[in-house]
Amino acid sequence: MTLTTAEMKESKATGRSPLLAVRDLVVQFPGRRGTVVANDRVSLDIRPGETLGIVGESGSGKSVFCRAVLRILPSPPAMVEAAGVLFEGRDLMRLDRASMRKLRGQAISMIFQNPMSSLNPVWPIGDQVSEPLRLHKQMSRADARAMAVQLLRRVGIPAPERRVNDYPFQWSGGMLQRAAIAMAIAGDPRLMLADEPTTALDVTIQDQILALLLELQQESGMALVLVSHDMGVIAETCDRIAVMYAGRIVELGSAAQIFNVPAHPYTHGLLRSIARPDARKARLSSIPGQPPDMAVLGPGCAFAERCALASEECRATRIELRMVGPAHAAACLYPERVPGLGEGARA
Amino acid sequence: MNRSLGADVADRTAGSDTEPRRIDRPLLAIEDLRVEFSTPRSLTDVVLGRRMQPVRAVDGVSLTIAARETVGLVGESGSGKTTVGHAVLGLYRPKSGRILYAGEDIARFNAETRRDFRRNVQMVFQDPYSSLNPRLAVGRAIAEVLRFHAIVPDQEINGEVRRLLTMVGLSPSMAARRPRGLSGGQRQRVGLARALALRPTFTVLDEPVAALDVSIQAQILNLLKDLRDRLGLTMLFIAHELGVVRHMSDRIAVMYLGQIMEIGTTDEIFGAPRHPYTQGLLKAVPRLQAVKRHRAAVLQGDIPSPIDIPSGCRFRTRCPMAELRCSETPPEKQLSPTHMARCHFAMP
Amino acid sequence: MTAAAATPRSSRLTALGAEIGSWSPTLKAGAMIMGLILLSAIFAPLIAPYDPYYQDFASALQPPSLAHLFGTDNLGRDIFSRVIYGARIDLQIGAIATYVPMTYGVLLGAYSGFIGGRFDTLVMRVLDVAMAFPFLVLIIVILAILGPGVQNIYISVFLVAWTMYARLARAEMMVERTKDYITAACVLGFPTNRIILRHGLPNVINSSIVFSMSDFVLNILLVSGLSFLGLGIQPPVPEWGAMVSEGKDFILQAWWICTLPGFVIVLTGTALSLIGDGVAQRLGERHHTIV
Repeated sequence: MTLTTAEMKESKATGRSPLLAVRDLVVQFPGRRGTVVANDRVSLDIRPGETLGIVGESGSGKSVFCRAVLRILPSPPAMVEAAGVLFEGRDLMRLDRASMRKLRGQAISMIFQNPMSSLNPVWPIGDQVSEPLRLHKQMSRADARAMAVQLLRRVGIPAPERRVNDYPFQWSGGMLQRAAIAMAIAGDPRLMLADEPTTALDVTIQDQILALLLELQQESGMALVLVSHDMGVIAETCDRIAVMYAGRIVELGSAAQIFNVPAHPYTHGLLRSIARPDARKARLSSIPGQPPDMAVLGPGCAFAERCALASEECRATRIELRMVGPAHAAACLYPERVPGLGEGARA
Repeated sequence: MNRSLGADVADRTAGSDTEPRRIDRPLLAIEDLRVEFSTPRSLTDVVLGRRMQPVRAVDGVSLTIAARETVGLVGESGSGKTTVGHAVLGLYRPKSGRILYAGEDIARFNAETRRDFRRNVQMVFQDPYSSLNPRLAVGRAIAEVLRFHAIVPDQEINGEVRRLLTMVGLSPSMAARRPRGLSGGQRQRVGLARALALRPTFTVLDEPVAALDVSIQAQILNLLKDLRDRLGLTMLFIAHELGVVRHMSDRIAVMYLGQIMEIGTTDEIFGAPRHPYTQGLLKAVPRLQAVKRHRAAVLQGDIPSPIDIPSGCRFRTRCPMAELRCSETPPEKQLSPTHMARCHFAMP
Repeated sequence: MTAAAATPRSSRLTALGAEIGSWSPTLKAGAMIMGLILLSAIFAPLIAPYDPYYQDFASALQPPSLAHLFGTDNLGRDIFSRVIYGARIDLQIGAIATYVPMTYGVLLGAYSGFIGGRFDTLVMRVLDVAMAFPFLVLIIVILAILGPGVQNIYISVFLVAWTMYARLARAEMMVERTKDYITAACVLGFPTNRIILRHGLPNVINSSIVFSMSDFVLNILLVSGLSFLGLGIQPPVPEWGAMVSEGKDFILQAWWICTLPGFVIVLTGTALSLIGDGVAQRLGERHHTIV
């Protein structure tokens, strides 16, 4: 049983069709040495109100995924195709540009990694937060400004009415990210894509931003896709997790499943190699080798060259996701051989 | 090779993992270091007679590091940890305070003693993409160091380059490659090889794994640990990731806005943190457990700018325990011979 | 000086071949044209069918033919031969007027950008003064005072042409200076001069190299223009601009006298632009990392 069938069965059972259903998304970039397939037939469902984490290292394709869904990849050079990217039933890939633009910033919004560059340095913050309100909700200048102040207050900016005319350079990274979040929720989105929103922030500020995102989610019922390379961030915030490697989803399941009973050697290796403050180990276990050169991937599993369990079959043909548990899938031929990690991923 | 500086100190063998090391004179001593940067003034400011506040990046830091010890320096933005690292290498002129290497004030070095110092104290940088000269092949970069300091005779240079590359886990055939073709992890290894080419006694590592993927971080940390143990290196390990610091360090100092808030052995800091900032920092790190958080943020408010440091206890603007007396500068409370916390409320 | 063992000549040649093979079509085209012009200049005595100074009044004002590829001018001189010998002059002037100021301009800019402080301020003010001079007016004034001739053209060029290079190098150095490999070089104990010259300079020179391609073209045009005005190369020396100037009086009867040398100027300029573009692209590729 493939994942798509399983997911479709489940949505029929619960009566909730997915908010976003991505089927076989392929994103390619032509390169000097060969085409890089940044997303290689990625299929994923996002349910209303859930928090889905996408975890992976550099080159895994997680950021490209978000941008491809929103169709904000510059194309050329990107080549994007999909069997379907259905948002509330409408296929985003076949939508005309005007309709797509209406969706962006309203029904679907996105926040980015570097808050310093997410905001325009030459415009006051108030104007930038007001802009989506004026554009999408046709508010007057005064109303939009008032709403902007409210939004800034909601995201935790102290004394926003005094600070609404500040320029981005006057604010810290954490505050700028809050402003970016304010802009992103201005349109009452039903889905928010957050691409490494806390990677550039200090740990105590990251703590605040994550609390904020989860709060906003609770209030509005929006779905949140959180992309990160930080497993801790993902663990604390997500209901379900997709693990990506070399442009493919290698494992998909609930947070508990991923952390306690990983079914893919990469997930397992990743979890074990993290140096954590709550345990002291003499030697960290590490995944041998390097992330693959995306321009020259072989036919089989992209992780095979670094995998202790790899066999000839693994290298020969691409391994599709297969069910390994209830709503838990992994793209591995030997999931039963991946050691479990027990509660809390203790070594 | 003149190894007089620090040689006698480094020769003393260190204690075991749990015992504090008994060394008479520390290898590195930072005494009440203050480093300031002036913010540039525009013409308007000059005309209007505005006096610009200097940025007090390091505002009274004292620290000693014994031979063969690894001290971790942890802090968020504006803590001054990177500035301390650069100051230790003599890259900044401090406003006040001294840095003593093997008992000698580094600000008073002449050309010869400075050269010795440079041979003994090296640095590994954070950004693998800017820490290597893009135009030099890796082997040439390392060879240049060897040749300039005459570490080995000319005919042995190639061999030494190969040895160093192997030591950091790279194939010697990488010597002909330029940084452009190497991954972040590989570049960090090259940076490490270059620093170790001088056979230093002391190294400052400024966030050496922060820019690397998690799976590569573990490799590099293991490598650092192995090399440190093998070569008997003394280290100042600067990081913002608490887990990483714990893995590498014997003692840890937690910095905030230019001062050390708490310092102690790794077990003391992680097991019994006494400063509210340290406690907050530890609680704020996301746990690797699949439990969705429902808690509010541990610390509210933004980190103040180093231009505008709060009076009294600089942490009081965000401290959950702040009281009236926190507007007075808090004392350094010595909680144990190795454990200090700068807080009115700290108790052993 | 290299750490790697000395490479045998054959592999160096194959490396060179591979390098050239990887050039973009733009770069290849520009290099080919320029190469042709350069070779003609070098082998002028072998290629030129006639003596550029030889006057044959009987064959004056002949249109292009098999005997005279570019025709003859009013004094019966073969234009093709004059163009070929003219290449020597123009290329030489272009090279000197471009690369000499580039050398000290880049050095000054690099030091200025690295050291900063008062030295930098001083250099920048001097640069402001130099840049403030209207270049053409300055040249004409100097030539008027000192008399026409190549030497004097060089003097005026050397006084002001360095400024652009200094600016470019300084700007790039100010960026490179913040990079860790420069700090590393300092920490590794290298003296400042070595850091600037050996580590910094090769990394700040890209924009100057690209600019020098345009500068080369402009300098050739400058000399051609000055010669056209009678201030540069004096007749009977064959110089492209001078030839265009001499030919302007005959443009209706013998268009080939000024047009064909003019075409060669355009061709050279185009070749240099192509090379400039190709080099810019190439250096840009090399400098940026593949993450």
